[in-house]
Amino acid sequence: MSPRAACRLDTLGFKEVYDYMPSKADWMARGLPLEGEKAGEPRAIDIARTDVVTCGLQDTIWAVHDRVTQSPYGFAFVLGPGDVLLGRLRRAPLEDNPDAKAQDVMETGPSTTRPDIPPDKVLAKLQHADLTTAVLTDPEGRLLGIVRRSDLSSRTT
Amino acid sequence: MSYTQILYPRLRELLDQGAQLVEVLPPAEYDEVHLPGAISIPLKTLDAESTATLDRARAVVVYCWDGL
Repeated sequence: MSPRAACRLDTLGFKEVYDYMPSKADWMARGLPLEGEKAGEPRAIDIARTDVVTCGLQDTIWAVHDRVTQSPYGFAFVLGPGDVLLGRLRRAPLEDNPDAKAQDVMETGPSTTRPDIPPDKVLAKLQHADLTTAVLTDPEGRLLGIVRRSDLSSRTT
Repeated sequence: MSYTQILYPRLRELLDQGAQLVEVLPPAEYDEVHLPGAISIPLKTLDAESTATLDRARAVVVYCWDGL
């Protein structure tokens, strides 16, 4: 629809016209602010935690270990260029391979969730898969935060 | 085609530079949620009259739901 609108504006004589191709779906998938009657409805991004430990592909385990141990979550995310989420380091491998690099022991391709999903749907997804944490990323795969199942459960009780 | 197709990073730049944002979906969809600062000009009403309020000296960015 927007290409036709852009074309029409062009024919109406507008000199500088742009078509934001991915449109509203893309904007919402980034967890960005909205206006409108339903703009206040809860989204996963609204309750996301952002204090999760992160590291780079080349970081050694010993450099990450203490931060993970002190974290309430027990894992770290491994980020590539542009903060794109590439993997997860759980606590157990951190104990055995202090000189290894994150990319060598990480679990690749963690499952992710869109930040604009309603919290009740995130909870259903986590319950169905028997998971404790939903990982939120934007359309480019950049880490936005996490949502804990316990946080969601407490919202609905 | 003399308009330009853009992705989010360019949209961000244009908005920072004062571009006008136009949602071309039906009014009900605009009323539910829209991008901050966007105005509603549904595609079916897009003509010289409905666009008269737009500033022709500034960039105009249109969007719909998913670009289709």
